[in-house]
Amino acid sequence: MTRPILDVENLHIRYGGAPTDAVRGVSFTLGRERLGIVGESGSGKSTVGRGLLRLLPSAKITADKMRFEDVELLSLTEEQMLGVRGRRMSMILQDPKFSLNPIRKVGDQVAETYLRHFKCSRKDALQKAIAMLEAVKIRDPERVCEQYPHEISGGMGQRVMIAMMLLADPDVVIADEPTSALDVTVRLQVLNILDGLVRDRGIGLIMISHDLNLVRNFCDRVLIMYAGRVVETLAARDLDKAQHPYTRGLIAAQPRIGGARAPLAVLDRRPEWLEEVSR
Amino acid sequence: MSVTTASKLRVPASVNALRNIVLFLMKSPTSLFGLAVLALLILVAIFAPLIATHDPYAQDLANTLQAPGNGHLFGTDELGRDIFSRLVWGSRITLTIIFLVSIVVGPIGLAVGAASGYLGGRFDTVMMRITDIFLSFPSLILSLAFVAALGPSLNNAIIAIALTSWPPIARLARAEAMTFRNADYIAAARLQGASPTRIIVKSIVPMCLPSVLIRLTLNMATVILTAAGLGFLGLGAQPPLPEWGAMIATGRRYMLDSWWLVTFPGVAILCVSLAFNLLGDGLRDALDPKQMNRR
Amino acid sequence: MSTRRPSMQGALGQIGTILVTLLGLLVLTFIIGRMMPADPVRAMVGEDATRETYEQVFRSLGLDRPLWEQFFYYLGDVLTGNFGTSIRTGQPVIQDILHVMPATMELATFAILIGAGLGVPMGVIAAVNKDRWPDHLVRVLSLFGHSMPIFWTGMIALIVLYAKLDLVGGSGRMDQFYIGLVPETTGFLLIDSLLAGEMDVFWSAVNHLILPASLLGYSSSAYITRMTRSFMLDQLGQEYITTARVKGLSKHQTIWRHAFVNIRVQLVTIVALAYGSLLEGAVLIETVFAWPGFGQYLTSNLIIGDMNAVMTCVLIVGVIFIALNLLSDMLYRLFDPRTR
Repeated sequence: MTRPILDVENLHIRYGGAPTDAVRGVSFTLGRERLGIVGESGSGKSTVGRGLLRLLPSAKITADKMRFEDVELLSLTEEQMLGVRGRRMSMILQDPKFSLNPIRKVGDQVAETYLRHFKCSRKDALQKAIAMLEAVKIRDPERVCEQYPHEISGGMGQRVMIAMMLLADPDVVIADEPTSALDVTVRLQVLNILDGLVRDRGIGLIMISHDLNLVRNFCDRVLIMYAGRVVETLAARDLDKAQHPYTRGLIAAQPRIGGARAPLAVLDRRPEWLEEVSR
Repeated sequence: MSVTTASKLRVPASVNALRNIVLFLMKSPTSLFGLAVLALLILVAIFAPLIATHDPYAQDLANTLQAPGNGHLFGTDELGRDIFSRLVWGSRITLTIIFLVSIVVGPIGLAVGAASGYLGGRFDTVMMRITDIFLSFPSLILSLAFVAALGPSLNNAIIAIALTSWPPIARLARAEAMTFRNADYIAAARLQGASPTRIIVKSIVPMCLPSVLIRLTLNMATVILTAAGLGFLGLGAQPPLPEWGAMIATGRRYMLDSWWLVTFPGVAILCVSLAFNLLGDGLRDALDPKQMNRR
Repeated sequence: MSTRRPSMQGALGQIGTILVTLLGLLVLTFIIGRMMPADPVRAMVGEDATRETYEQVFRSLGLDRPLWEQFFYYLGDVLTGNFGTSIRTGQPVIQDILHVMPATMELATFAILIGAGLGVPMGVIAAVNKDRWPDHLVRVLSLFGHSMPIFWTGMIALIVLYAKLDLVGGSGRMDQFYIGLVPETTGFLLIDSLLAGEMDVFWSAVNHLILPASLLGYSSSAYITRMTRSFMLDQLGQEYITTARVKGLSKHQTIWRHAFVNIRVQLVTIVALAYGSLLEGAVLIETVFAWPGFGQYLTSNLIIGDMNAVMTCVLIVGVIFIALNLLSDMLYRLFDPRTR
């Protein structure tokens, strides 16, 4: 692997007023690859994603290192951070029903990303937006541009979201449960579009998910998080060879077609995992 | 705490909750101000004969329109009466208004709201249309009209204010009642053969009570301002009663030369209504569980 | 955000509700009118009329009929636009009211501009800085505006700003010697004086308007501030705000271009309702400032017990309120893309 795009060491995040850290000493690197972060709800995986973009206003973020290409994210001013967000690092949120502004037209919202980061006219930005909507396989993008978010389907909404977040050609995209809110039938389609764009453009992707199978199929490497820590890191294809009992528990708790009819294993959580350190 | 276990058990949960609320309110400076002003108001009203330096009705035509000082803390009015003493006695009128309006509005609003929320159907529709009609007026204007119909006096002003302030309470109680209507314990009471009246009185009303009480507190500021407004327009308390709004009305003729005639009663009204507003604001925070845990 | 409303059926149901409410309004004003202690017959025929004249007028007014029958006469009168004659002025009540309304509307319009201009930014600032000092400051300021007895604040302001400092005009709509100088075309003095090209009168009117309008505006801003703050807080917690920030928009851009555009429609509703409740403050402030408007007309008739005038005034306030509610609802439908 060449020099990583993102290099995080010993990341701690604590929400304002909380007694303990939500993220406790997470370290990882990201190259031009697809990295999955898996864990239960509350394990801190989304917090890591939002922490990287410094989107948590009330939270205290500390790390030995949070290097993104040539910049140290934690030492940037908020002003400088605005130039990073959307332009060099962006994030796809979970549910387009909530993550798109309900009373602004779709085209306007997508174009806004471009308009924010490049000097150009509104018309040019809208052209860019239309081209990008085409790239996420939206038919008749001119018409969709004139629609409001409530007039388009969830799958289309998520493709709009992808277009919006890739429009400024960022180097890293964080996808926070990008398909959890979608119908099962369109999940794969949306994932394939995202996957294609990420590969073509050489974007580093962080896929945050609770879905082991999805991560196994769409990622190169996987981090398993538990209670704010990374308990294990392994290549996606080696997921079955996981060492850590927590990971194995997660895998065992997955139902399989044609598998044994015995009751699924109940996840077992041991207090010592809270403290152990792993790389 | 040196309370025995037996007596601890007998303390109802509501008393504990009340104590917690008061403790919470004491922590915020603005609510504390509200509590302090109200405590002061009540004390002044109770001990009015002791606090007042003069007879509030005693005229002294040799000493009219005296500026503050000289044995008259807040000066004297156009008939030489001591303004401070009139303010002190006026606090009794203010408290009377608050008390009477509350004991009329609370039960009516609660009864109408709980019954309509629980019974639903035609009764509910009719009752809600009636509240709609009342709510389509600013409360002062409707009170004005009622007072005009009943004839101007303090008692009629209180009746008019009560008549116009029950609909919001009824609305609130209804909304609460509707959330409890389908609860299992209501169904259980019904299965045991309890009559609708019994269910409303025994099961619905107690559940609506806390929010109704809070709403009443919040309304008090409006009640005070409306009463003062009526007094000011000459439709509320009649002279020589030392009602604050009426005092401002009579002082108006002399306001350019004798500022103290209107200033002090106005400050009194402002303080009491501000106190209720601050307290209401604090109460809203206190009862929002998210806020409660944070401090 | 509010839920989507069904359009057609909802509109019909709404019209039904409004008709019922209007009917109830008429019943209410009728009852108030009949309860009034002033004897309308005595007021018409005078103190020393004979018993026969009295009886005759009593019958001609329909006062010998049963109450419900009297109500239908009243209903018929109102539906044909006949609101009776004012005992005090001897003119048709409705004509009187139309004559005084522009003065009140001028005052209320200025007041609402001030109230919204003050309340909306304060609400946004409070929401953005929730639980920090600007929020507390705004809270105290707006509670203060909500708590002040406006008739008293008006007097104090007159004493200080007019009598002592001479910064603003005093009572009335303009200085005494300008009265009658400008022909009454629209009734709105600012417009009339401009039409007549009388700049002196215009500035005098502005000078007289500014103080009562500011006081009314400040008191109405309390409600507007509180609602703006709570709407804004709702929006700032939404996920699309995160989206906007991920795009790299600054705090300022996120607040105004994303959160604020989402509360505009709700704000219009609130401002429309606040406009209605200004009538309440207007009754008091018009008395203090000797403003020849609707509020003063109402109170002066209340005191002498002019039944027709009072009933019609109350009815009109109710109708204005219902109309404003309806208007805000329509604006809501018009401006929110989700209800189109």
